[in-house]
Order: sequence, then structure tokens, then C-alpha cells
Amino acid sequence: MSQKTKIIEREDVVIRFSGDSGDGMQLTGTQFSDTSALFGNDVATFPDYPAEIRAPQGTVGGVSGFQLHFGHQEVFTPGDYADVLVAMNPAALKSNLKWVKPSGTIIVNEDSFTEKNLEKAGYDSDPLLEDKLADYNLIKAKVTSLTRECLKDSGLDQKSILRSKNMFTLGMVYWMFDRPLKHSEEFIEKKFKKHPLVVDANKKVLKAGFNFAKTIEALPYNYSVAPANIRKGRYRNITGNKATAWGLMAAADKAKLELFCGSYPITPATDIFQELAIHKGLGVKTFQAEDEIAGICTAIGASFAGDFAVTTTSGPGLALKTEAAGLAVMTELPLVIVNVQRGGPSTGLPTKTEQADLLQAIHGRSGECPMPVIAASTPSDCFHFAFEAGRIALEHMTPVILLTDGFIANGTEPWRIPSMSDLPEIIPPIAKEGEDFLPYAREDDRLSRRWAIPGTKGLEHRIGGLEKMDGDGTVSYVPENHQLMSDIRKKRVELVANNIPELKVKGNDEADVLVVGWGGTYGHLMTAVRELQKEGKSISLVHFNYIFPLPKNTGEIFGHYKKIIVCELNNGQFVEYLRGSFYGIKFEQLNKLMGLPFTVVELKERFNQLLEDK
Amino acid sequence: MADTLLNKPNVKGLSAKDFRSDQENRWCPGCGDHGILNSVQRAMAEMDHKREDYAVISGIGCSSRFPYYMNTYGFHTIHGRAAAIASGVKCANPNLEVLQISGDGDALAIGGNHFIHAVRRNIDMTIMLFNNEIYGLTKGQYSPTSRYGMVTKTSPYGTIEEPFNPAQLALGAQSKFYARSIDTNINLTKEVVKSASAHKGTSIVEILQNCVIYNDGAHALITDKANKDEYQLVIEHGKPMIFGKDKNKGLIMGGNGKLVVVTIGEHGITEQDVLVHDAHTEDSHMHWLLSSMMAPEYPVALGVIRDVDSTSYDEKMAQQIEDIKAISTIKSMDELLNSGDTWVVD
Repeated sequence: MSQKTKIIEREDVVIRFSGDSGDGMQLTGTQFSDTSALFGNDVATFPDYPAEIRAPQGTVGGVSGFQLHFGHQEVFTPGDYADVLVAMNPAALKSNLKWVKPSGTIIVNEDSFTEKNLEKAGYDSDPLLEDKLADYNLIKAKVTSLTRECLKDSGLDQKSILRSKNMFTLGMVYWMFDRPLKHSEEFIEKKFKKHPLVVDANKKVLKAGFNFAKTIEALPYNYSVAPANIRKGRYRNITGNKATAWGLMAAADKAKLELFCGSYPITPATDIFQELAIHKGLGVKTFQAEDEIAGICTAIGASFAGDFAVTTTSGPGLALKTEAAGLAVMTELPLVIVNVQRGGPSTGLPTKTEQADLLQAIHGRSGECPMPVIAASTPSDCFHFAFEAGRIALEHMTPVILLTDGFIANGTEPWRIPSMSDLPEIIPPIAKEGEDFLPYAREDDRLSRRWAIPGTKGLEHRIGGLEKMDGDGTVSYVPENHQLMSDIRKKRVELVANNIPELKVKGNDEADVLVVGWGGTYGHLMTAVRELQKEGKSISLVHFNYIFPLPKNTGEIFGHYKKIIVCELNNGQFVEYLRGSFYGIKFEQLNKLMGLPFTVVELKERFNQLLEDK
Repeated sequence: MADTLLNKPNVKGLSAKDFRSDQENRWCPGCGDHGILNSVQRAMAEMDHKREDYAVISGIGCSSRFPYYMNTYGFHTIHGRAAAIASGVKCANPNLEVLQISGDGDALAIGGNHFIHAVRRNIDMTIMLFNNEIYGLTKGQYSPTSRYGMVTKTSPYGTIEEPFNPAQLALGAQSKFYARSIDTNINLTKEVVKSASAHKGTSIVEILQNCVIYNDGAHALITDKANKDEYQLVIEHGKPMIFGKDKNKGLIMGGNGKLVVVTIGEHGITEQDVLVHDAHTEDSHMHWLLSSMMAPEYPVALGVIRDVDSTSYDEKMAQQIEDIKAISTIKSMDELLNSGDTWVVD
């Protein structure tokens, strides 16, 4: 690429691909991020797609986007604002322009800026003809006609020809960032191996896009983002949902139990269930239940019968599972409930992200009904925390709620592949034939009862939702026994704190401001705090994955900071919980309910304000 | 005689008494549930499963106390969900013999969805539906099987909704096994429970059960000594469907597609004209007609009405896993983690 005029070294770059739902933008974005990861950059991605599978073509509601952020340094988020926007039609431009950095580059498919499409997008006049975009580096490419011209002798029908136009834009962006085509060429060969004509066409268009960008010198300069300094090892890209599924499978493997998942499809959690359904070859049992309630109930039945049982859902589904979750608490059966949080109450914003199910997870059941709650914070650490949810459930004989959210569930990042031998064994307290067994007799350190699995000779017993007598497990209405059993259920969750790691502060142990977060906001909080630290500001971050119970050193850490601000994508649920747990500590709060992650910009602004406040 | 029966051990050395738990029975004196419990324990003594392989799963309601009185693995769950929980039990461990106990409210109102889907999937378990046409545990409200117009605490002026016929619901959900008995007929209940247990797939056993407190005599028309021979038709596969005090009444198919009750010896009708019961036919039409018969127009059909060979969901689930394991190229978690596109950072 020596003929390029000028090369500009960049720490990181954000690209946003956008187009109609059918324009293949998710695939284009995935290809670019995979290529960049192979090149050695750190990458984070986030797809942003409409809830409707086939939203009206050409409208703003039907725009599908894919943002990716790659860098020479560690990258924690898919980025706030884009350096490059690819807009395949006017609607994509209209809905995404606000996400482009000032003087950023915009590539548009000029062919799609017809009167009809402009009207559908809600433009009164053609933005390409006015000076509205004068502040940007606007690249107008006739992507449709160039693709058509390129494939006129390909033997493909018009529809198939038009379908490959996303490869043209991908080729253009590859040139701009000096990326090799090899990975995508191999991908095309594999994906369409039964259709050689389609393979040839896509590869040809990809190259044509690359050459087109070179010919017109799409940029007066060329960005270069050097490989990141990444820990040695074997890597792969992974979404949060896939990592969650694999983490659950890993927990079953380490506990030497069969995995059973009873679930009902719900956005954005369905991918976990679908991923598990693929892996029958590794013995995974999946049961598509008739509703959310049956999802958890089949799982409870499977747990009673000795499987490692899980159910996956999103907020409204968790609400439906509530009564059965209480049964799992009462019968002290191991169970993992995964809640991939989405936006809003009721149907709300199914494809958007939020953290507003926290208090539902901690408290949302009838009676005093405690169960551990943990939360994953990045796409790849969903694996670790799904495994942890399984470990806690099986070792403490309790249901556990794992919270993820739409943002990390659908986002991807490179993940250093662990070896199964690095993961701890999980040892559930399974009762053996011949042992002295009582259904509610307890182990000393965890107060967990033993798991007598049906089929084990001599351990026949009955459990159920009615209050049971401590020890022998017969139905009991004795007032003192209910007090005792309620106290034990509370204590059992508290004892989990002995079996989880302590909190670690990112930054100085003492600083003017401590930023507090939990779950999927980690990437944005970490980026904002790190940037401020680099500017010399006295600020640290503490991020929670273990929510209930809290790590044992939580109170001690809070004591070291003058100002504490709790940031979350809800109206203040975690801060309310902390205020109830640490009386006397003053917590500031930063909340957002837009169905979107925080932006680093808004976080820094608020933190700076807090740093300056006297 | 009862005691002899209770003490007679099966091939595993177990008698009915061995299936009794030490729990104090809390059902009302005279409740039909006592008889059903007795029948089930006797049935188990005559079957060859080991005691530890029984899992008795119930929902909520009077009948759902059942597991506490059984000396087997048992799970008293939550209202309406027992069919779903039992489905999970069976899929997790297909070696277990799963018995699911429900009442008419538990199975057909709050648990209606789970009931029809368990039947549709055909999970290998026996669902016993104790039908007393009333809510007993909540003290006397109408249920989905209460007769039209019935006066209860929540229908002080009579109900204005039609009841379900549980058999029609099950057949509509593609049930492969349906049997019916009466709480007081210990022997018949025992026999249908054994047939249900032997059947591969979801077996529905409806027991017409009397609630002495809130709906006493709900089934009296067919259970009273005076009527019982005229209003009960106990059917058996391969046998003509004959009933009546003098064993001279039978069923024939009328020209209008409806069943007709005839008297043998009248109008030239002979025993050869009477329909022979075929429980094993796939076509559920006749089973529908038989299970829909109501007194006094017809006798009520009891015994195994439908028993069609099938493969159960749990068998297919286990088989599919074995089939996929055999052809899968990924044999371990480590292989899965390293599958697909990966790259090495040196």
C-alpha cells in the first residue's frame, strides 16, 4: 500500500455500518471486526437492530446498525461516536448522523438517495446536495450500480447481484484501514461453498470496492491502527450470550452432571437457549417449554432428578418465573436463572439494554425469599460468571440469578480461550446410598442440605413448597420453626460471601472520587475512569459482579473515599440497595434510561463535575 | 382379605404397606382420596419397579397432598405446575417411574396449559386427575369441571360457564392413553394405574372422586348402588361393551353417527351386534364418543378407553442426544472452546 499519500497512526477507530435490515450490515461489521482481531487489534462490537424482523424497507425504523471499535490499546467499549459511518440509504444516514464525530468520514450509497427513499426517511430535500454535511468527509459511491456493473457477466440474477453490495462497502473500508482481504475471502468461500457463482461474485465485489476506494483515494490519508499489546494465547471472538451458554456447559462438565435447560424464547435471551440446543453432541438437554413458567418448572423438576438445571429469560419472563423461583428457594434445589435484561417495564424495548431488573432479582418474590444474585460485565466474562452461577448454585444448593443485559449479550469481543483444566472442580453435596439422610439436615459451613437424587436406594423422601421442619423435613406450622427456617434461608445466602472473591479497586486505594458500577456498564466506566486517571485526576473505579451477597470488603473500600458515585442504567436500584446496606455513607448517583449504554463523554463530564465540586 | 393383599410382596419384595409413609393423613374422613391412595399403593405392589425409582409429583390442592403419604421420592410443588415439573423430572432421568397427581382445578384451570402440552409431547408419565368438580382446599368454589348452573361460594346464583370434559381435552391434545375410574372402585383404579404405568407416553387417568364436604354426591348418579349397574360401563379391549344389572345392555353405532344403548334380546339385537372395544386403534373417534357419554342418557365409560402404542418424548430426547453424539466432531468442552475461528497471539 505504498502508493498511499499519508498514513496517520491512530490509537483506536470506531466504525458504524448502517443500512436497511436486509442490507447485510451485521455480517459486514462482523467481517471487519474478525479481520481486525486477526490483525492483532483489540476489538469490541455492538449490533443495534430493530425489533421487527422485516421493518418497512427504507424507513428509519428499519435501520440496522453494527458498531465496532478497534484499537492499539485495550478496548473496553464499542465506542461512543464513529470515525466512519457507512450509510446504505437515506434512513441510515438520518438515524446515525448524530453518532458521527465532527469531521468524521461518511460513506453513502449514492444510488439509494432517490426521491422515494428520501421521503421514506423523512427528508424534505436531499442532504447530499446541501451543505449540511460540509463538516464531514463525505464519500459518495454509487455502490448499487458499481456492484451491478461488476457482476453483469456473472450469470447471477438481479436479486443475488444486489445482495452482494455490502461486500463493496466492506472492500472500501478495508482499503481505508489497510486491512487484508484474506479472512473475508476465506469466509465467503466457506459460507457459499455450495454456490460457486456466489463465491466468485462476492469476492469480485469485495475486491472492486477495495480498488474503487484506492482509485478515488477515499481518504486523503490512511489510518493505521497498530496491533494491541495483548496477552499471549489462543483467542476467539465471542458474544455474551454464547459465552453464557458455554459457561453453563462448563459448570455442568466440572460438576460431572448433565445440563438441562428449560426455556421459552424471549428477546434478547433466546440466543443462549439456541446455542445450548446445538450442543446435544455434548449431552446438553434442551426443553422448549410452553411458557416461561414451564421453563423454570421443568428445570426445577430436572434439578430434583439430579441434573444441573438452568432456565434463561429476560425481565418480563423473570416476572413470570417468580413463584417457581420461590419453590426452588423453599426446596433448596440448585438452579441457575439467567436474566438478560432489556429496556423498560412490560414489553418495553425488547432489543435495547437496561439494568432495571436488579431489585426484581434481589427481592422480587413472595415472602422472605433470598437467593444469590451475580452479574456479568463484558461479553466474554459472561462465561466466567455463568460458570460462577453454576458453582454457587450447586455447591450451596440454591437457585442463583445471573444478570446480563442486551448490550453485553449481543456485543462481541476477543476472548482468550481458557483451558477446562484451569477451571475449578464443582462438588455438589450429593447424598450416597447408605448414608444417614434427612432432607433438611445441613452441612456445617454452608448450611446447605444434601441432594438425595431419586433412584438412590434408601433415601426416599418428600420435599415441597410448604414450610418444612428443620432436619426431618416434614410439613411444619410450628411458629418457632418458621422463624428458624427463615433465618437459615437468610444465613445461607450470606454464607456465599465466604466463597466469592473480594472486591478489587481499579486505581488508587484512596482518591477524591470513587466510581461504583455493576454488570454491563463496566466497559464505559473503565474507559472514562482510565482516561481521567491519565489526565492526572484522582479517581478510582470499583465494579461489582457479586451483588447479593456483596463481597466482604465492600464497606471497607467505601470508607476510603470522599465522594462516591454509583452509575447504573436504571433510576438508582443498586444505590438504593447500597444505602440500605451501608448506612451513613453518602452516595451520589448517575442514572440513564434511554435503552442505550452510557457514553464515555457523558460519564467524564459528570465525573469532572464531581471532582470539581467542593 | 385386605390385610393379606397389603402384605403380599411383589418381585422386589415390596408390598402395598411398603409404599405407605409414616405421615399422618390429613384428608377428611370419607374423602375419596383415601381409596385412590390405597389403589395406587396396591398397584405399585403389583408392579416391578424398585421403590427408589418412583417419583410422585403433585401440584396444589387436596389431592396434591398425595406424595406426603407415599414412601417414595416425592415433590409437592406449586399450583398448576406439576405437569411441567414432572416433565423435567422424567427428561432428566428417564429411568424413573413418574406419577403426577392433580385435581380438576390444578390440572385444568391454573395448570391447563401444562396439562395439554405434557399430553401433546407425550412424556412417559402417568397423570392422575382426581375429578371432584369443586375446589376443596379453598373451601368450595366451582372448578372447570363443575356442572353448568352449580351453586358454589363463587357462583351463589349458579355458574354461567360450561365445564370441560377432561377426556375431550386430552384427546384434543393427542393423548395416546386415557382411562377412567371411580374412587370407590379400588380394584378398577388399581388395574388402570397398572395399565397407565405400563404404557409408554403420557397416560391420563381420570378418577371420579367424591368430596364429602363441598360437593358430596357429585358422582352419586353413577355410584349409588341402585344405579351403578345401569350407569357404569366398564370396558376392556377386545370385549363387547355390555352392561346392566342383567348384563343385557350394550352399545351399537346408530345411523346418525351417535352411540345407541340397546337391549340384547329386544328388536332382534344379539350379543354379536354389540360393539367390541378397541383401545389400541390410532383413530380416536370412538374413544371420543365413549369418553363423552354421560348419565343418564348413557352409562359412563370406565376402564382403559384409549391405549395406543407410541414413542415417548423422553425416549426421543435421549435417542437424539445419542445420535448427535455419534456424529458430532466436537467431543469435549475444550474442543468446543477452540472450535471455529480462532487465532494465536504470540
